[in-house]
Amino acid sequence: MRKTLLSFTAFTALAFPVCAQAGEQIQIVGSSTVYPFVTVAAEEFGNSTGFKTPIIESTGTGGGFKLFCAGIDEASPDMSNASREIKQSERDMCAENGVKDITEIKIGFDGIVLANSKEAERYHLSKTQIFKALAKKVPVNGALADNPYQSWNEIDPSLPNDKIEVYGPPTTSGTRDAFVELVMEPSCKDLPEFVEAFPDKKVRGKTCHLLREDGAYIESGENDNLIVQKLQSNPRALGIFGYSFLEENMDIVQGSIVEGKEPTFGNISDGSYGVSRSLYVYLKDGHIGKTPGLVEFATELVSDEAAGEFGYLAEKGLIPLPAEELATVQGRVNALVESAAE
Amino acid sequence: MTRLFQRHTRIAVRRVQRKKSPFIYKSYSKKPKHRLLRKRKAQEQRFRRTGLAAIVLASLFLVSLIWNIVASGYSAFTQVQVRIPVTYEQGLIEKEAYRTIIQKSLTELFPNVENRSEKRALFGLISRNAPYILQKEVQNNPSLVGERHEVWLPVSSQISIFYKQELYRQGERGGSVSPTEAAWITALAQSKRMRLSFNAAFFTNGDSREAERAGILASTAGSLLTIIVCVLMAFPLGVATAIYLEEFAPKNWFTDFVEININNLAAVPSIIFGLLGLAVYLNMFGLPRSSSLVGGMVLALLILPVIVIATRNALQAVPRSIRFAAAALGATPTQVVFHHTLIYALPGIMTGVILSIARAFGETAPLLMIGMVAFVVDVPKIFTDPATTLPVQVYLWSNNPELGFVEKTAAAIMVLLAFMALINLLAIYIRQRFEIKW
Repeated sequence: MRKTLLSFTAFTALAFPVCAQAGEQIQIVGSSTVYPFVTVAAEEFGNSTGFKTPIIESTGTGGGFKLFCAGIDEASPDMSNASREIKQSERDMCAENGVKDITEIKIGFDGIVLANSKEAERYHLSKTQIFKALAKKVPVNGALADNPYQSWNEIDPSLPNDKIEVYGPPTTSGTRDAFVELVMEPSCKDLPEFVEAFPDKKVRGKTCHLLREDGAYIESGENDNLIVQKLQSNPRALGIFGYSFLEENMDIVQGSIVEGKEPTFGNISDGSYGVSRSLYVYLKDGHIGKTPGLVEFATELVSDEAAGEFGYLAEKGLIPLPAEELATVQGRVNALVESAAE
Repeated sequence: MTRLFQRHTRIAVRRVQRKKSPFIYKSYSKKPKHRLLRKRKAQEQRFRRTGLAAIVLASLFLVSLIWNIVASGYSAFTQVQVRIPVTYEQGLIEKEAYRTIIQKSLTELFPNVENRSEKRALFGLISRNAPYILQKEVQNNPSLVGERHEVWLPVSSQISIFYKQELYRQGERGGSVSPTEAAWITALAQSKRMRLSFNAAFFTNGDSREAERAGILASTAGSLLTIIVCVLMAFPLGVATAIYLEEFAPKNWFTDFVEININNLAAVPSIIFGLLGLAVYLNMFGLPRSSSLVGGMVLALLILPVIVIATRNALQAVPRSIRFAAAALGATPTQVVFHHTLIYALPGIMTGVILSIARAFGETAPLLMIGMVAFVVDVPKIFTDPATTLPVQVYLWSNNPELGFVEKTAAAIMVLLAFMALINLLAIYIRQRFEIKW
């Protein structure tokens, strides 16, 4: 008893004083969509410089900001990945905890695709058709009703006579947020039936974001690989996921054409494919100079070799920024480097 | 009729006694004539058949699961390599331009490739990490500078999938390789410049976003560090708690209350312990995030109730006569426990502890909250280093978009299962070897 007690106290005594070591390695949290890109840059950074490879957690955009904004001390993360811009409420939360200066680094775009198996015919869809297929409430004969459509040709005779079956991400996912914002909201918020039923803009927005729950839209977890597998085994279904997964699985799935545009590298990068979003990394200015390698890593992340048109991030499926915009971002990071040098 | 029935039963009992066979119903050699007896026999057979069917079904599931994992994972233990002539030019090495060195030797092999995009594809044959392999070799052996050698380097993930598919699984999907690339690979293979070698990198590397480089060393080291912390904390605490509750504590409402709570804790979902760890260890004590120290301490909370319950059961199994005999010889209650009861209970305790370690080893959910679900490349050396664990590695790889990670995921699962099997074998061994039957 004495021995075990002794060893336990010795262990706890040993464990606690070593805790002041955080902060010697870059810590990054945030979006699971940005994770596959930032990890590549981190690995390259760890390989090519003397700094330690940054630690990257995939917590989701919102969860990332929560941790990022928790404080300015060295134990808090240095960077946060986001698949959307930071919200004002999150900026406020940051400021409350002393995180006043944040640098926004836009690294590129990610397209969201609706894809199906190559064994089936490629879909040509408009945003309105997607809305009619997936919304919880749709206008029927001048009034709002629960979505009655069971097969695609009920929505438009030009579409195939197949049951509506769409695999997609759950509500916690940033991909889902972006999808409903980019596809569902624009086709919904100005419909007279919705304006009449929900005069309050906020309530209307929320209702527009609701996807049907009667089995036509199937939540498939955060794992996009799973959705691809399901499309392979069920050629009549569609799936919603990020462009990088489409690119990796071109041999079994094809992206549907939305509003006349195919989800290709070129169409997403010039903005003509409508369902795409920007990806960001946010950097805590207060940690510059405290966490070794922080500005160097930011420089690596936006360098032409990484985020440029033929950079290694593009190889991994990130759609790069147009040259001028990348130059602006690089300028912003350079300003950080200079301020750190002073 | 009754007599006939009695005769049958007698025969059955006698046969059972003679053969010691568990299959009692076989001894009904003739079809029983009595209606009730027939009914009972039918019942018996129905039950047996259902049981057998359940076992067959369960083993089918298990076999198909393992088959699935092995079939998609075994190829990850091999690595496709290509042999290229490398000239270690001094000027290039001084500039650390190892990528250029490799590009030069590829151009040498395929001098006809001139078009820019084709060149990009050609350079893409070799793994993006190959330059760092060369760099390491030169650092380890500076005399290489200026020399020319044939070097085996890993190919990129896409090429590797294509090559392995040609070898192992014809007809399965092979990623996206263009006809030109396929022609290059065929040419290289014909000139004996392609080979399949044991994938040592899988066991000596940390995580990587390039499938051909990703390995399990960092996560395995993280798992071991985490388990060490976990055992150091949970074992003494759990055993001490159990001894006190079982041997010394008075039976009153308070100890009853503690006991009920311990039993309840054993059934609490593991993510709750992660939340607790986040609130107490990280936010209150300020311990480092993502470290195996905190991971181990959270997992210790998780298995503590299981250890307490197992230890109490083991202590209860020691006969009272042992305690009385020791006390009769003048041992104090503490001496009775530490010189006798605990010693005899130890095999049982160890079995319980090892099985709960196996449980802790496979946990991911509580680690999510304390930041151990992370991309970790460097192998953790001390308890405060950022670390991840093997099951977390499986989870992270399964989320990666690249096809090359499919086999890696399955291979990591195989390693995880092997560890589990080892731990369980150890538990069985200890139980067989040391357990005392009273």
